[in-house]
Amino acid sequence: MQLCDLTAVEIRDHIISKKASAVEVLKSCLQRIKQVDGRLGELESGPEAKEDTERVHAFITITEDTARAQAEAIDKMIAEGKDPGPLAGIPATIKDVFCVKGTPSTMGSRILANFNSPYTATPVARMQSAGAVVLGKVNMDEFTFGSSTESSAFQPSTRNPWDTNRVPGGSSGGSAASVSAGEAPVSLGTDTAGSTRQPAAFCGVVGVKPTYGRVSRYGLIAFGSSLDCPGPVARNAKDAALVLRTIAGSDSRDATGANLPVPDYLKLLENEIKGKRIGLSPDYFQITFPNPETGKYLQQLVPKEIRDAVMKAADIYRSLGAEIIEDVPMPNTCYGVPVYFVISRVEAASNLHRFDGVKYGHRTVSETGNLKTMYAKSRGEGFGLQPKLRILMGMYVSAAQYSEQYYKRALRVRTLIRKDFEQVFDRDGRYKLDALLTPTTPTTAFPMKAVYGDSVLMQYADQLTVPANHAGIPGISFPGGLDADGLPIGVQLLGPDFSEGVLLQLTHAYEQATLDTDWRKISPAVLREVKDG
Amino acid sequence: MAKSKQEISRETFDYLVELAALDLNKDEADYLLTELNNQISAIQELEAIDIDEDVPPAMHGVSYTPENSPPLRTDDWIECEDADAIIEQSPVMDDRYIIVPDIPHTTLE
Repeated sequence: MQLCDLTAVEIRDHIISKKASAVEVLKSCLQRIKQVDGRLGELESGPEAKEDTERVHAFITITEDTARAQAEAIDKMIAEGKDPGPLAGIPATIKDVFCVKGTPSTMGSRILANFNSPYTATPVARMQSAGAVVLGKVNMDEFTFGSSTESSAFQPSTRNPWDTNRVPGGSSGGSAASVSAGEAPVSLGTDTAGSTRQPAAFCGVVGVKPTYGRVSRYGLIAFGSSLDCPGPVARNAKDAALVLRTIAGSDSRDATGANLPVPDYLKLLENEIKGKRIGLSPDYFQITFPNPETGKYLQQLVPKEIRDAVMKAADIYRSLGAEIIEDVPMPNTCYGVPVYFVISRVEAASNLHRFDGVKYGHRTVSETGNLKTMYAKSRGEGFGLQPKLRILMGMYVSAAQYSEQYYKRALRVRTLIRKDFEQVFDRDGRYKLDALLTPTTPTTAFPMKAVYGDSVLMQYADQLTVPANHAGIPGISFPGGLDADGLPIGVQLLGPDFSEGVLLQLTHAYEQATLDTDWRKISPAVLREVKDG
Repeated sequence: MAKSKQEISRETFDYLVELAALDLNKDEADYLLTELNNQISAIQELEAIDIDEDVPPAMHGVSYTPENSPPLRTDDWIECEDADAIIEQSPVMDDRYIIVPDIPHTTLE
């Protein structure tokens, strides 16, 4: 095992006890990146070579020099006997949705390809202050609009480390793939409809969507302002707890941030499972999706392998003393995607009007007669198809004559989705759940190019994750086995507002109970090649 | 998705594109119009949901209460650490002025 394959907690312990220096850990990560990542995502990427299809391509920007300076500073602090912070020397990748001072912050888009952020996002700044070593910025769907990372303007887009012919999920595909491939033990992603949990499920890692407001959105380039949640991606619950403890908490620069104390999530991990009430809902074991040929809506059960993985997790929790409550009704789950089609598009259209080629970002170099044509040409050249589609959809459904029919109605259905959760988590209600246990995704990782372009079908990849974003509640996805193709299966836990500690605790308990299972001994395909080679 | 109700006409689409300030080529426009109508079809099921009159809209999932809301900030002036780093992001500058093409003027009747 290389240093880069250690967990974040192990890396910190190594560095504090001087078994390894922060610089040695950094070198190990850079070596792994060299072995598996291939060329960086770029705008003018040229034709795809065969080698491109065999690499991970997590990164858009690698900040090796600043990472080395950060690692050297940690080693110096340790040599001087100073406290280097709770994330001392832990390498991290950052989704390119976050502003990091002095580095390109591209949003995976041509329109921000030349944007060098003048400031750093609060969650990133908190990680850096805690001693994390930022390796660089990782790829994502353009403006986070996708579930496969394929829509990035920076190609080659990220591939799944378990099978590079498959997508890593999205939009935090670079985050999940970089952690899965051992390029970094942790990453910072964002989740608007499932964008940390879905790629985490596809890549066999842990992804956390904190409660809305738990983590500051300052410095996060906005997409859906009522839905966006920054959250950690890690290889286990303990590392996710360590990062969440660091980034969570109120921020005077985010008026939507929750003004609540941050629990010590690491300490909560060892709490007893006995007596916890965990629900299973039939509404999370079936999927509704449009038939690509006919457009007709179909309902079917999620694949048996995925159902079995969730039921196995329920058995484990039962054996640890939890009470499993079956047949929990969540009747409005199926409206999550249609509601999202409306709310997220309205918020996206509003947020994306600021990109006009005036103050920052891409401005057309072609001849423009006046300001209006400069706007249209700059935005036409700078945005890819998915942002354009979301802007147009958002403007249509919020137009005065349609707003009652679509936008206001979607906001009221959102209330119903929230009520589903409130009823089952109510301490005085019938179910009194501590958490709901569900599949994270309706499928495992799908092949590259299989869904891309069909904006409706792609959105349905988020069907089981998006209700949590509408409701604002926290969720976590953790690995629950492999399917017949050797692809990771994600298991999801959803809990009441600000119950991240319980979700992390339950995830940790599952990990401890399955430490010796055979599937945990299998590595992602790109790592097997590294080790074999 | 192959089949969908064509709710948005080409004329409405062109109007939306103009409002959105997006210069599109024909292939882009064709794709976007098709996908837009597919998405509109996907949200039609919202109309069929039986919602009680008293169900309010939810702008956020998590409620803001006095217990979890941040206090209002005091109205203080905070110096920008590096204003030039922000201004210099502008693609076309002249002596700290941001330059744009002619601004069209319309005389209101």
